[in-house]
This record gives sequence, C-alpha cells and structure tokens, in this order.
Amino acid sequence: MANVSIRKIHKHYADFHAVKGVSLEIKDKEFVVLVGPSGCGKTTTLRMVAGLESITEGDILIGNTVVNNLPPMDRDIAMVFQNYALYPHMSVFDNMAFGLKMRKFDKAEIKKRVDNAADILGITDHLTRKPRMLSGGQRQRVALGRAIVRNPQVFLFDEPLSNLDAKLRVQMRVEIKKLHQRLSTTSIYVTHDQIEAMTLGDRVVVMKDGLIQQVGEPLELYNTPANKYVAGFIGSPAMNFANVTIKTENGAVWAESPAMRIRAPERLAARLAAHDGKPAVIGIRPEDLLMANGTSPELTFTAGVEVAEQLGSEILLDLKVGTGAMVASVEPTVRVKPGEAIQLTMNPERMHFFDAKTEAAI
Amino acid sequence: MIEGAIWRKWVYFYLPLALFLLFLLFPFYWMVITTFRPDNELYIAWRRPNYAPFWTWNPTLDHIKFLFRETAFLTWLWNTMFIALCSTVISLFCGVLAGYALSRLNFPFAGSLGTMIFVTYLVPQTLLFIPLSDIIRNYRLGDTPWSLILTYPTFLIPFCTWLMMGFFKSIPKELEECARIDGASRLKAMFYIILPVAVPGILSAGIFAFTLSWNEFIYALVFLSSPEQKTVPVGVVSELIRGDVFFWGALMAGALLGSIPVAIAYSFFVEHYVSGLTGSVKG
Repeated sequence: MANVSIRKIHKHYADFHAVKGVSLEIKDKEFVVLVGPSGCGKTTTLRMVAGLESITEGDILIGNTVVNNLPPMDRDIAMVFQNYALYPHMSVFDNMAFGLKMRKFDKAEIKKRVDNAADILGITDHLTRKPRMLSGGQRQRVALGRAIVRNPQVFLFDEPLSNLDAKLRVQMRVEIKKLHQRLSTTSIYVTHDQIEAMTLGDRVVVMKDGLIQQVGEPLELYNTPANKYVAGFIGSPAMNFANVTIKTENGAVWAESPAMRIRAPERLAARLAAHDGKPAVIGIRPEDLLMANGTSPELTFTAGVEVAEQLGSEILLDLKVGTGAMVASVEPTVRVKPGEAIQLTMNPERMHFFDAKTEAAI
Repeated sequence: MIEGAIWRKWVYFYLPLALFLLFLLFPFYWMVITTFRPDNELYIAWRRPNYAPFWTWNPTLDHIKFLFRETAFLTWLWNTMFIALCSTVISLFCGVLAGYALSRLNFPFAGSLGTMIFVTYLVPQTLLFIPLSDIIRNYRLGDTPWSLILTYPTFLIPFCTWLMMGFFKSIPKELEECARIDGASRLKAMFYIILPVAVPGILSAGIFAFTLSWNEFIYALVFLSSPEQKTVPVGVVSELIRGDVFFWGALMAGALLGSIPVAIAYSFFVEHYVSGLTGSVKG
C-alpha cells in the first residue's frame, strides 16, 4: 500500500488540453473519488496514474517513486474498467489468475489467492465458467477479484458501476465500500455520479474542464462548496440558485431581486458588504427551504407551486420564483396544490452566496 | 399467428430462397453430373430422343481414372496445396501483425498507411503480373512454386491486413490495457489476450487467403510452364483442352476434385468464419 502524489500534471492531445495542472496528494489507505461531467479530465488523470496515457507535464509518484516513465505493469496497480474488460476466452479462474501467472507466482499460491478472492466476492461457484455466461454484477465481481488477487499498492476504478442497472449499482457500491474497509488499499475511483462519489469517498475531488474545483470530505463539499459549480454538482436534487443584488442598509446586508428580499446572515455580512451594489448569486438547498411560519419575514419570499412530487418521505415542490425556478423539499404532511402561492423561509445557517462573475463562494 | 403470415413467408422468403439456391447450385450440379456421365452421352445432340441432359443412367468413373492416370493431377493437387498453404501462412503472419499495428499503435500516418495498403490491393493482377514476371525472371524463380508463394502475398497481405484491422478495432482496447496492468508486456498482451480473442478473424482471413491462392489463375499461368509444376486451375485448363478439343468429363472431374479441399476447409471453420465476418466479440 502506498500514497499517491499527483504534481501539476498536464495532458495535451493534438488540439485539446485535457488536464490542466492537477495536483493531488492521496494518503495511504485513502479512498479518493474523482467526480465531474464527461470530458472534465478525470478519466485521463486516472489513466495517467495507471500508465495508459503519457504525462505531458508534471510528475506522478506512487509510494515515493516517480512513475512517469514506468510501464503499467511495473507500477503495482490494479484497475477495474467500466466494461469489465474480462478476457472472454478464459474462465473466471484464469481471468483472476492471469496477473499472477504473468508475475510468475507458483500454482499453489495462485490457487490460494484466487480462491480467497472468490470467497470474499461470492463467486466461488462460477470459477470454471466463461465470462459470457455471467450476469453484469457477477462480471463486475470477477473484475474486482482480478484486481484484488494481486494485492497491489493502488486500486484504480474507472466508472466501474456505470454498466449496471440502478439496483445492482447500489448493491455493488456497498460491496466496494466493504472491500475497501477490509483491504484498506489506497484507491482512486472515477465516476460521473455524485451519489457514488459522496457515498464511497473518504475525500472527493470535483473536476471540471481539466481543473480541480474542490477537494474535500463529502460533507465538506456539501456544506461549504468552494464555488457555484461544486454547489450545483453535489447534492440531489441540486442546489437552487437565484440572481440577486447585494445592498447594505443600516448595517444589515440584503440580497434583493424582483422576486425576493432576503437578509443575509450575520456570519456572511462582513464579506458580503464588500460586494455592496454588485450582482451575486444566492444558493440554497431544497431541504433548507422551509414552509414559512411568520417568525422571520426578512428570510421569507413568495413562490408559486407548479408541481408537487410525492416521494413518501418528502414532497418535492417545483416552484416558480419571479422568472426563475426552484425546488423545495418539504415535510410529507404539507398540503399544497399546484398553482397555489406559498411563503417559504430560507434557513439562514445554510445560505450560500457566490460572486456573479467568478462564481467563487463569498 | 397473423392470418396469411404462412403464405407470405413462403412467397417472400422460401420461394426467392429456393430460386437463389437453384441459381447458385446449378453449376455445381452440372459439374458433378458431367463428371460421372460417359463420353457417349456427353458428345451428342441435345434434341436426340430419350436424352436426359440432367441425369444419367450409366454413371462411370472413367473421367476420374483418366484424370489420375493420364495427367499429373495428384502433383497439381499437391502443388496447389503447398503453394496455397505457404502463401496463406506468410500473408496471415504479416497481415495479423500489420493489422494489429495499424489499428492499435498510434503512430504518425497510421491512417494514411492503412489506406495505401488498401490501394495496393486495388491494383489489378492483370497489370501487376508484368513487372512481377520481370522480378521472377531476375531472381530465377520461374517455374518453381516459390514464384507463386512469394507473389500471392502481394494481394493476400493487403487483404488480410484490412480484414484484421477491422477485427482488431472491434476488440475493446481495455482488454489489452487490463492485461498490461496485469503484468503483460505489449507483446505478451497480444499473444495471450488479443490473438486468442481474434481467432475467428484470423480464421476468416486464413480461409479467404487460402481460397484466393487456391483458385488463382493468372500468376500461375504466367510463372509456371512445365506440367509437373502446375497448379490445379492451370493444369486442368492447359492439359485437358487440347487445341479445340475439350475433355469435358475430365475437366469437370478436375474441377470437382479441386474444389473439395476448399469446401472442407469452409465447412470445418464455418462457425468461426461467420462470427469473424460479423466481428462479434462479447466481453
């Protein structure tokens, strides 16, 4: 097991700058998730760690060795691919044993390790089968097994659950988490699914356009996003945004728009004051919009209900606020009808403000 | 079942299929029937009474006996087999490696190189044999099997390369990447993973190459002259058509026996062959 250091790496393709100076320190035994939309450079970064793409600029260290020019086989890593990449002409046993055979392990040791991995993953009954006879979930288990038998320094996962159906994905997500808790191997996991990122990662790295937007523990990203992009990307349903203008009056800071006039919380007042008279974006998560009870009119605004989605544990209200749209998640006991105008209060502790131009958090 | 679906299936599927099969198989049938028909039935007028052109009541092995006793047919068969196998092996070896390189290694001009190889395949043999005969003469290879073993790859290698390029592209590159992470060098990954997966493609390319060289006529006609060096297609035509006399029975017997090895090769590999053409690799 080892730590991984990624130091200012760049990747240029012929006419495309895919990764623009990514730096990341991954501690030993840590599970780090790279998340972002397609084309954000997360997979390219992972493939550079694996040695499947050359590094245009910068250094990657595994343990304390610079691996820039090491071929994949000498990096002591294992990778799980989105399409499983099982060798179709080999049995499950041979698939899992291939890496050990290539490294000249003796037969007894190979059998021991494969049997052990198969036992952990519950695929002992399928060892003699060919991959095409297995279901998607079983194939993914074999791919995981192939990675763990070698006991590598680092696991790399490239969207391993994307080809599975929703139910199986949740199940395999839990298994990967359990596997990591059991083996504690340093892991880098790439996904575009923010829920996978939040549930699996010790730390989550949000990427966009070849740049890291924010690195942090899942709740840190959720509670204190560094910019509007991270705020909108993490969380489902996504954070609501409204364009406002910052105004300072008698020591209080107000966020104003034609549809609302909200008083900014004290903790942000000083920083917001610097933006007096300038446009900004207010961000509030759906669960932080509460049905108003008349106690704090300075945090309350009016919204029109367009659709009410009953989810059982909560109701999602699709709202029209001025010219914009918002989503609120309210108690299942609330009774509202489409077309109705309701009063909502923002939780002042959970309000976010972003600079309208730089989109950085204020 | 939808009403009328049965007769529809017969009219739109089985009937055209039957017509097509009739059209396709009739020459073979004619070949077989002529092989076993005695000479006194072969060289008679069509309209003679009681003449059944599509059947014979007096089958004979005379033509086959003639073929084996009076011509060097067995030698031709051996020559053809030897030449076809050697040129197929050479072409497959080069084609598989070239196809792999062109589809997998991202080197500069890989695309245009692939196109250029394809263009060489388009040069007609009827033009290419002129410079080739010059080369064959200079290297004193004329009238030896090597004149064909070395010239057949001129059209077989581009063919195999293109077929294999297409096949390699259909194999997910993750398979190879995974093997390389698992500890295999590029060469090992190719031998242990890519080539076994590509077996259907290699078999298709091999069968095609074998058939093409088995049936090849022009080079064999030009480069070989003595009867004992000839291949089946050239031997049969040059030894069994003497002036304006056609030994139809023996000609057809030669054609029939000459096509049997190819038919066996096809039927033996037919399953692999079909999946090779459709390029199906399932993870």
